Amino acid sequence: MGAFIMRFLRLLPFLMFLGGSVQAQSLTYGVGRTPSAEEIRAWDISISPTGEELPPGSGTAEEGGLIYQRKCAFCHGATGIEGGAPRLVKNDAGPNADPWALGRILPIRSPYATTVWDYINRGMPLNQEGTLTADEVYALTAYLLYLNDLVAEDEVLDSQSLPKVEMPNRTNPMADGWVPLPDWKPGMPRLQGYPY
Amino acid sequence: MANRRDFLKRGVAVAGGWTLGAVGTATGQTPASQDVVKTPEELLAYGERSRFVTSIRVPHGGRPSPDRWGLLFHTATPLQDSVGVITPSSLHFSNTTRGAFIPDIDPREHRLMIHGMVDRPLIFTIEDLKRLPSVTRLHFIECAGNRSRSSQTTVQETHGATSCAEWTGVLLSTLLKEAGVKDGGTWVVAEGVEEVKGASSIPMAKAMDDCVVCYGMNGEAVRPHQGFPLRLLTPGFEGIFNVKWLRRIKVVDRYYMTYNDYGHLRQDPDDAALGYQIGPKSVITFPSGGQQLPGRGYYELSGLAWSGGGAVRRVEVSTDGGRQWIDAEIRGMAHRMAHTRFSLQWNWDGTETEILSRTTDEIGQVQPTRAQVAEFWRPGAVYPGEPDQPFSVTGQDNSIQPWRIGSDGSVHNAIS
Repeated sequence: MGAFIMRFLRLLPFLMFLGGSVQAQSLTYGVGRTPSAEEIRAWDISISPTGEELPPGSGTAEEGGLIYQRKCAFCHGATGIEGGAPRLVKNDAGPNADPWALGRILPIRSPYATTVWDYINRGMPLNQEGTLTADEVYALTAYLLYLNDLVAEDEVLDSQSLPKVEMPNRTNPMADGWVPLPDWKPGMPRLQGYPY
Repeated sequence: MANRRDFLKRGVAVAGGWTLGAVGTATGQTPASQDVVKTPEELLAYGERSRFVTSIRVPHGGRPSPDRWGLLFHTATPLQDSVGVITPSSLHFSNTTRGAFIPDIDPREHRLMIHGMVDRPLIFTIEDLKRLPSVTRLHFIECAGNRSRSSQTTVQETHGATSCAEWTGVLLSTLLKEAGVKDGGTWVVAEGVEEVKGASSIPMAKAMDDCVVCYGMNGEAVRPHQGFPLRLLTPGFEGIFNVKWLRRIKVVDRYYMTYNDYGHLRQDPDDAALGYQIGPKSVITFPSGGQQLPGRGYYELSGLAWSGGGAVRRVEVSTDGGRQWIDAEIRGMAHRMAHTRFSLQWNWDGTETEILSRTTDEIGQVQPTRAQVAEFWRPGAVYPGEPDQPFSVTGQDNSIQPWRIGSDGSVHNAIS
């Protein structure tokens, strides 16, 4: 009897999955199929500001600096400012500058470190997208945040610590932080009263 | 050879106005049109325009496109040659956020996944999608960077990052209802399959309202430059929301701050609000910059108007530098979030003047002058830390475009 229950429990996720499929067949159209959990995992590269989808792995700025020199410096420059590709280090705006004065530079302006991780992971290096390991992406993210004085050189970034990095446009009381898009409704004007 | 001649004769006899080059003399055209460049079979299999029609897209935004590695950045539509409201697929502008190689996608292999906060994640093939109830709608797409500068000459340069096509596909709401959006699913993230996997956050209210997952464009498959085999149409929103090579829709509970979203970051709420819906906009395409009027006399002045707020309700034209405004005639139907053709019967007296157009959409938004926009933003205070031009506007610039007509009939960009 115990063995039967154990077997039933092992089968339970599968039975629930089948249940889902049966349900899918009884939809309005019943067109399309249900992806497997593996398929969803493999396709889903979106990283929320909460970091909930971040994969296992970790890295430090120290490690990231070495990877950067091999894989990024060619376009972004040895120090992240002198390449033809977008600048990666904040502008020198003096002490206590408004974060918005530091430039439109991803690893300083983005209110979430997850955006940096997500973009390196999905879009870098140019023409070799998708070749970085999770550890490398953590290390490169740490390096860019280190270059912008946001983490220490030996700070380990992983799925737990990365979303907690305090980005200036999220937390700095000098700035108003970032402004979310307005609550869009059909038929609403672009901006009430603009520009007349 | 005899067969081909017979075929041509038959063709003329049957089709009457069929203007193949070889029959030029027979229809009284110039001798230069007698050369046959392509066989009738070649011309028939997938039709080509006349070799005398040479209007093309051009690179836009100060970068070569394609660049030396083959990356596509920005290409602009030749609006100066456009008639009606449909942009031919071959001439529809095509912009990318970072530069992209155009993916060569086998539609039999392509899939669209709907997942995240849904009761039933779903994967669709193109064939699956074609089984579902479809919609066919005219919609423009405009890039937020479509703005006129005094250094630009033609309307292709000043306004060429907008185009309008007839799009066919399945409403995104149909797919989302099929998947069952869970409570708290307030945004979707739409993602393409190209190398950077460009992704944008879109409010659920918009996704459920009128977004279309398109497999068709102007009566055939969506073109590769426009996202073959699937493209998301997000009517009236900035171009970047119209995700090409669409592969994935993730239902989420918050703004995901993707790289594309990051581009919309603003410190000022008014500034942020302008960052996604396209405002009411119009431009006169004939006469427009770089064109030459042969002399005084009658002209049908013509142009395009559109708005992300809905259908164009009214277009006014001034032919005296903005002192008097006359209602232009709307040609054909004014569709929601679609280019709308307007025209005005005009007798040019041969003196120097400025011509302008302004549109009002169905929700009452009026296209502003550049002076109104500049005054609203107080020049130099748009967003601190970045060098501002004397005229700076974030998001799409929808201000009124003036063209100056010289007494010699030459037409120039009159913004300063």
